[in-house]
Amino acid sequence: MSTTTTQPATDAAEFNMREEGSRLMKEWYARLSTANERKAPVANVFVMGNAVEILRTFDFELVFPEINSLQTGVRKTSQEYISLSEDYGYSPDVCSYVKADVGLILKENEHPAGLIPKADLAVSSNMCGTFIKWAEIWERWLKTPVFVLDLPGQRAAGWQARPGDAQHAADTRWIEAQFKDLIEKCEKITGKRFDMDRLAEVEERVNKQVDHWNNVMALNQNVPAPYNAMLDGLTYIGIMNVHRGTEEGVEFMRRLEAHTRAKVARGEGRVAEERFRLLFSGTPCYVSMRRLVELFETWGGVFAYSDYLTFAAGGMDAADMRYDTSRPLESLAEVTAMAAHRGLSNQFFAHERLAQQIKDYAVDGIVFHGIKSCRFVSSGMADTREFLNKRLDIPTLYIESDLIDPRYWSDAQIKNRVDAFFEALQQRAGGAPLSRSKTVSA
Amino acid sequence: MKYVAGVDVGSTQTKAVIVDENRNIVGRALLDMETSMVTVAEDAFRAALDNAGAAESDVVWVAGTGYGRYKITFGKEQITEISCHARGAVTLFPLTRTVIDIGGQDTKAIRVGPDGKVEDFTMNDKCAAGTGRFLGAASYALEMPLSELGPLALKSTNPVRITTTCTVFAESEIISHLAKGILPEDVLMGVHQAITSRCVSLARRVGIEPEVTFTGGVSRNQAMVKLLEAQLGMPINVSQDAHFCGALGAALFSHDRMFGEGAKAAPAMAEEA
Repeated sequence: MSTTTTQPATDAAEFNMREEGSRLMKEWYARLSTANERKAPVANVFVMGNAVEILRTFDFELVFPEINSLQTGVRKTSQEYISLSEDYGYSPDVCSYVKADVGLILKENEHPAGLIPKADLAVSSNMCGTFIKWAEIWERWLKTPVFVLDLPGQRAAGWQARPGDAQHAADTRWIEAQFKDLIEKCEKITGKRFDMDRLAEVEERVNKQVDHWNNVMALNQNVPAPYNAMLDGLTYIGIMNVHRGTEEGVEFMRRLEAHTRAKVARGEGRVAEERFRLLFSGTPCYVSMRRLVELFETWGGVFAYSDYLTFAAGGMDAADMRYDTSRPLESLAEVTAMAAHRGLSNQFFAHERLAQQIKDYAVDGIVFHGIKSCRFVSSGMADTREFLNKRLDIPTLYIESDLIDPRYWSDAQIKNRVDAFFEALQQRAGGAPLSRSKTVSA
Repeated sequence: MKYVAGVDVGSTQTKAVIVDENRNIVGRALLDMETSMVTVAEDAFRAALDNAGAAESDVVWVAGTGYGRYKITFGKEQITEISCHARGAVTLFPLTRTVIDIGGQDTKAIRVGPDGKVEDFTMNDKCAAGTGRFLGAASYALEMPLSELGPLALKSTNPVRITTTCTVFAESEIISHLAKGILPEDVLMGVHQAITSRCVSLARRVGIEPEVTFTGGVSRNQAMVKLLEAQLGMPINVSQDAHFCGALGAALFSHDRMFGEGAKAAPAMAEEA
């Protein structure tokens, strides 16, 4: 892992988020492509519940198969990878992320962003049922050693284990014991001794990153919103995951916050005339995300927030999700227990949280995006939609496509729904353009 | 007299309506879809003008709706059929709170507020089950015109249950029932029941509140009307102009824009992005 630190920015305006994000992603893929050659240890991890902090202390190069898959979508090559796995025998009903990854294996790890290295370890978890089965593919096809973290989920509706109660203490002990097993496994694979001080250093960097992240999220409560949560936000989340706990990751987030603050100070919004503020609930359609955002921005609609950013940040976007670096391993277990709860509850008890975000981000409507790949995360949307629409009188739109399978993107149908949604929002607003201004300090 | 027009370019038919300054419908036209949406839209518009006895130069605004709305080259505005069907339905039946529109490949349920504005809507997604296309499959399998399906279905005494949810496979299921010697009316009633069930399920998602107004081409089918009333447990409104409801809504938005009344409430034109 490179530890080169980007020079601190003297002027926030010099920071080009897109270029910088793209550079960091390219560098990450470039390192991955030479990892096996360099004999660097490589671990496959998922974006949630992944114990990346521990893996960083062993200098693992991290492969995020979900990000590899979504990148095939962004680069308009997902169909090729998906078809390879379907030709092999995978059903069209299987998650398209999994199928793109199977296609990647069948293409001998040739990814549009570069060669993906063979992993020495895969860390999976029960945060998503598919993670477990997905890791089994690597285990059986590629003989990748797999470590499955069992992270306790929510026991009852509306109840969450918190520090101070017995259940949380038990969850923490259970997770910490698994981390110790994982550490032992990492020591065997890498031949290195675990270094607790290094874990504290990584955690310190994650703390800084999360602080900046939370500030950046809150800055979008400003009217106009300085960025689009479902376009710019997806770049941010990519860096948050790929560079979690690295110097580059901290620096990116620090500069991003300064840049975003400067935009807010200038009163500069993502769209020239912000007319409607929206919240996006669900997972993105990476293969057509730019198009989808365009359909909304044509109407002056900007996504001020998305619960996907909470979900894909591993549930870390809360003030109490900070590591106590004086007791690194125990603290990692404590935060993982809470983040796991948060990440899971996020999807299944979404209505109250969304109700709060509607207020915080002053949104005019919510867009739900169901995906063919995962009926699991899409299934509760109908109930949440009904709750928000009928109880809170918040207009909602439900559209459906997929994460990266272009066959489920139907442009005319989606455009029709988006246009009808805005026509209704506009009629609701009396037909006149909305003119508002709000400044929020983060 | 000045006029406004609405042209609804749907998946199977194109409808055009001419409305005068007093909001009266003075001309209508209905044409089957052709390969060129541009041509059929123009033809429908001209046929409606002929029907109205109006000159094109007297038409001051044309709004397009339907999937082919951007193909209406002479149109000055495009509005989705969701807004247009709601507007048309509320105009025909002012107490409408729920609109069910079954077209050639779309079924939509729209909830409108007491002020007639769209509050919520839902549509079939990625699948044409529960749309007019399902009846099209039956028409093809039975070699019978669409207009005869409803009356024959109403003669059924022992309807079959159509189990497939796929419009394509429905055709083979219909043929297999006929091959077993089941009467065409019983098979047809099964088809109508399957569509109704899908459609009511869609409507329940937005919440069904009386009065319910049924629009779109399939509303001309008496069996569908009776089945919908039975499943909803309430009478439903069907106008002679139900088929033209989308085009009528578009014409009324044009009227708002040109003749002032409710001009602010007219949806602005969406660009073809």
